[in-house]
Amino acid sequence: MSLATNLPRVGEGNINLVQLSYRDYLSVEEINAIEHEVAILGQRQAAGIEAMKLVQKNRGWISDDCLYAVADLLQMPASQLEGIATFYNLIYRQPVGRYVIHLCDSISCHLTGFAQVSEAIKEYLGIDYGETTSDGMFTLLTNACLGSCDKAPAMMIGEDHFEHLTPQSATDILRQLCAENDKDELNLRE
Amino acid sequence: MTTDKPLTQHINQDKPLAMPEYIDVGGYRSVDKILQQMSAQDVQDVVKDSGLKGRGGAGFPTAMKWSFVPKFEDTDPRSGDDKYLICNADEMEPGTFKDRWLLEGVPHQLIEAMIIASYAIGANKAFIFLRGEYHLAAKRLQQALDEAYQQGYLGDNIRNSGYQLDLYLHTSAGRYICGEETALINALEGQRANPRAKPPFPQVSGLFGKPTIVNNVETLCNLPHIINHGADWFKQLSNNDDAGTKIYSVSGRVQRPGLWELPMGITVRELLYQRAGGLSPGLNLKGFLPGGASTDFLTVEHLDLVLGYDEVSAAGSRLGTGGIIVLDDQNCPVAMVLNLLKFFAQESCGFCTPCRDGTAWAVDALTRIEQGQGSQQDLDNLHKLCDFMWLGKTHCALAPGAVEPLQSALKYFHDDFEQHIDKGCCPYSGHH
Repeated sequence: MSLATNLPRVGEGNINLVQLSYRDYLSVEEINAIEHEVAILGQRQAAGIEAMKLVQKNRGWISDDCLYAVADLLQMPASQLEGIATFYNLIYRQPVGRYVIHLCDSISCHLTGFAQVSEAIKEYLGIDYGETTSDGMFTLLTNACLGSCDKAPAMMIGEDHFEHLTPQSATDILRQLCAENDKDELNLRE
Repeated sequence: MTTDKPLTQHINQDKPLAMPEYIDVGGYRSVDKILQQMSAQDVQDVVKDSGLKGRGGAGFPTAMKWSFVPKFEDTDPRSGDDKYLICNADEMEPGTFKDRWLLEGVPHQLIEAMIIASYAIGANKAFIFLRGEYHLAAKRLQQALDEAYQQGYLGDNIRNSGYQLDLYLHTSAGRYICGEETALINALEGQRANPRAKPPFPQVSGLFGKPTIVNNVETLCNLPHIINHGADWFKQLSNNDDAGTKIYSVSGRVQRPGLWELPMGITVRELLYQRAGGLSPGLNLKGFLPGGASTDFLTVEHLDLVLGYDEVSAAGSRLGTGGIIVLDDQNCPVAMVLNLLKFFAQESCGFCTPCRDGTAWAVDALTRIEQGQGSQQDLDNLHKLCDFMWLGKTHCALAPGAVEPLQSALKYFHDDFEQHIDKGCCPYSGHH
């Protein structure tokens, strides 16, 4: 995957806006995967959500450059794609941490201890909702009902779901992720 | 051999049946039956006779919904036009987790069911619209789809019948309104997922302007069993006039929260006390939402209510998704309603003013009351908002869905609202 970061950006200190091709920003693998979705749906712009999810999986979030590139590839106005990107809870239009925590704040979790778990997580990480820890490890967000109502409170980190949370178990999970991350970095250095 | 739990008899949450195992227990037999012995009309007729109603919340008769899809003669130039079936697996109604059980536990049952429904309406292309958070369901469904293609139950010329069906999995990215069927269609088209004005109804002009049926996961999963065992068998499963079984669930502070497939038409008491074991120690029942976040509260006086579509409507609420959310006497009802309204305010698509602004105003007023800074004016305004956001004044059913728990809480828990205002604090704050 090549990211052409040295190219001039649209609107960056230059009144002659240069509209760049999607090929400058998206990898061949990404383009092929998005074209596969286009073929299934039969209309280019119908692949917008799938395209953004694919790109976000590789890059963590959808930057302006990615948004322009995907809109270009799907031959649709960037404003229209932005209207879709900002519509969804799981498309991130700002940089996020390595782990994005979605703590379920819906009714069954509210009734069974969300507030205490929420306080414990905020205190452990030292951040509020919508913020990322300074080491770039965690972003904290809420989520509408995760469908774990009989095992509430619940949270989702990446694609992993955690249920029956207590203040203790929730922070233990975060501590565990930190430990795994440290181990990964140690392995990389060795 | 028949069962009284057709939907969940083959569920295995840890390791769902792979295709050969599923076929061994009778899976996909209904597909062979319809392709060899039944016309599309025959399938519609048996589903009509069965009395199956939509399990997504509205309870609309499934076969009647299908019957609105235009049927063209072969000589009609429109006969070759596309039609679509979409499975609504965008389960996101707070307090509802029944479809997740079916999707994760027995994914092949849904595929089998979707072949039947597609055949009945003459669709050659179908989609499963799955919420983005259900990662395990996505993985298991995709695996099941791959197996079904390999075994010739999907794709061209299914089982040498000449019938063709392509079935795809679409995963969404988290937005409650996508569960509204016209918003779902917009989402699938890659549009911002605001609901559409009706008419035209999707059955006539839906996905890409073509006739489209959107059915809920649980609704669809009944089809193989209706085909295999017949309409009369399906009708005798229930305790009331609604046919079949229902996956009921209970959440909140009860002894055994969970999911149960039971005869349609059991009572609240049986579900809450026999199945869920009653309230957790030291707690008493204050009220409950019978079918997800967007249904009216009911209270202790409704324990012997029969959980059927007409019965719950007559009591002033809706069966909805069958997901009961229990409010105990140590959780604050105002805080509960505030939580619900925050959800609806966040998930409002913002298209129409009554919903976009009304849900936010309700959150403001409820926040003030819950924090002990509310006034009678706030209470009056909440009553007015229930009218401003009611059916007929909004673009879709989201705002009326927000009104349902609000208006019923104002009615049943009036004293609690008054106490918050009079005392200037939440009387429950010591408990939570």
